[in-house]
Amino acid sequence: MAAWLGWKIESNWTDPFLFTIYSIVKPLAAAMILVVMYGVITNNQFGSPVFAYLFIGNAFYQYVANVMVGVSWAIVDDREHYCTLKYLYVSPISIPYYLMGRGVARVLITTFSVFIIMVVGVAFLHIPFNPAQINWPLFVLSLVIGIIMLAMLGLLLAGVTLRMAQYSFNIGDSVAGALYLFSGAIFPLEVLPAFLRPLGYIMPISYWLELIRRSLVGGVAESFPTFAAISDVNLLLILAALSVLFGVVSVWAWKKFDWEARERGLLDQTNNY
Amino acid sequence: MENHYAIETQSLGRVYKIRNPGKKENKTLTALEGVDLQIKPGELFGLLGPNGAGKTTLIKILTTLLAPTHGYASVAGYDVSKSPDDVRQRINMVSGGESSGYGLLTVRENLWMFAQFYGIESKEANQRIKTLLEIVGIADRANSRSSNLSTGLRQKMNIVRGFLTDPEILFLDEPTLGLDVGASRDVRSFIRRWMDDDPKRTLLLTTHYMIEADELCDRVAIINKGKVLACGTPASLKQSLQKDAIFHIDLDSPKVLVESVFSILPGVTSVKIHDNENKTIMDLVLDEESALANVIATVTSQGAQIVTLQKREPTLEDVFVKLVGQRMEEVEHADAPAS
Ligand SMILES: Nc1ncnc2c1ncn2[C@@H]1O[C@H](COP(=O)(O)OP(=O)(O)OP(=O)(O)O)[C@@H](O)[C@H]1O
Ligand SMILES: [Mg+2]
Repeated sequence: MAAWLGWKIESNWTDPFLFTIYSIVKPLAAAMILVVMYGVITNNQFGSPVFAYLFIGNAFYQYVANVMVGVSWAIVDDREHYCTLKYLYVSPISIPYYLMGRGVARVLITTFSVFIIMVVGVAFLHIPFNPAQINWPLFVLSLVIGIIMLAMLGLLLAGVTLRMAQYSFNIGDSVAGALYLFSGAIFPLEVLPAFLRPLGYIMPISYWLELIRRSLVGGVAESFPTFAAISDVNLLLILAALSVLFGVVSVWAWKKFDWEARERGLLDQTNNY
Repeated sequence: MENHYAIETQSLGRVYKIRNPGKKENKTLTALEGVDLQIKPGELFGLLGPNGAGKTTLIKILTTLLAPTHGYASVAGYDVSKSPDDVRQRINMVSGGESSGYGLLTVRENLWMFAQFYGIESKEANQRIKTLLEIVGIADRANSRSSNLSTGLRQKMNIVRGFLTDPEILFLDEPTLGLDVGASRDVRSFIRRWMDDDPKRTLLLTTHYMIEADELCDRVAIINKGKVLACGTPASLKQSLQKDAIFHIDLDSPKVLVESVFSILPGVTSVKIHDNENKTIMDLVLDEESALANVIATVTSQGAQIVTLQKREPTLEDVFVKLVGQRMEEVEHADAPAS
């Protein structure tokens, strides 16, 4: 139900043209900027595994931003724009469940957009993509765990948003933007100064992107040292363990922030005070 | 924790902390203090009070949106602080004077979606939506996007959302705020009808309109500055003034009349003087009718003339004046800077 609403809200940009631009053209353009920058820096070494590494990382990173934003932005949307958050709270549905539903639409749209970008990458940019070599079970499993993990991170940010009533800034976007550099999306963690690397190592997103790369283009991932010593299964276990850990923290934080928001009367705050 | 009240509060209080970036000490504001209410199933209960009285604060506490800072409140027998989920199964809430709703969805979709959140079967929901939209007279707009509706129509949609789930206990926060006279009348008669349809339904509404409390509610609590000052049926509240004589006097006065000149006269309980379109109006409450002679003599000695003089039945406004010492409007103007 919440997913239906999410779909209506996300897709109903009054105009299919705007919708296409927003969900396809914009990410595609961002990917192209990256490609051009890469081309300039490396003198068009598009066959290099480095290129495949960053292209895939960048494409799938869209899930990070979109799912986290989809889940957490619903709080701002419903509280401030639609003034419906209080009515949702008064109703019997569980808010985290509702927020997840709102995120589902984003997942669908993102999947579509990632697909298009990958097709472009394979068709025009020679990403070494061999359908026969794709490890489908690993890919699907990683993707599913990853999306659940991202939704839990979204819940954490939703809690923060709920608690921090004064500013309706898009915390999902900001966090996703910051983590882009710390999760091995476009360059291996080794490129970072040593003191920043631990951030990448504790974020499940880093392991998730590595698993996606390995399952899609096995060879590419092997040429990077970050997680080379870890087997697929172990990587999956690490991802699962970190996801559970973050999930527990998120649920706990949500409950705490939710309680505090009730305590302070923030559930229907619309920036009037 | 068995209890037979639909809504019960015991010394319920709410203090807001107001952040004060400049200073070290945070200010606090007592929005509600020592509220004891017992509302039985089947009652249409009204909270009457001026702006800032604490009406919305009370509704927010009872609907689990806000935690109380003092005391206890239960709704449908469940503690609002300890079992909010049980409370939420049984209530619904509408606040007036705001336009909520997903603008991208049609009126029907908005309502249908909320019905789903309450687990109402889709067919049943559509049936109810149809009936309710007809009753409030916006059936023809069912398929318009709610963003295309005027504020008043959106508010009607919002009111329908409250009734749609047929809650055991319904909370309406100023349901007619911002509606025109006709629409307000429609809403009031619908509220009454809904209550009469099923004797188990309970409804708590807040208002700062006297007639709304008087005509609509079975019982009324008068609330000001966070405290309940009186509670009873409209008739019994007015009864407390029955022994007093209440007069409404239109005057023609060359100079401004001062209330204090009259309030010191023997037998005068309260006097309110205000100007209205070149006329001076005096509302007078006397212990006994015989005190009137003195007042008239004083009016004449001030150089004013009496245009009309009516003895009238007490209203809830008079009850409010007697309790607070000010008319509700005056209280609101005095508090104007507060939101
Ligand atoms: N979140 C808040 N933080 C601080 N003060 C608040 C907050 N909400 C309400 N108040 C204050 O508490 C008091 C009671 O407010 P409340 O909204 O309950 O009054 P009300 O009776 O509903 O008035 P109105 O007729 O204006 O809706 C007011 O003085 C208001 O300024
Ligand atoms: Mg109010």
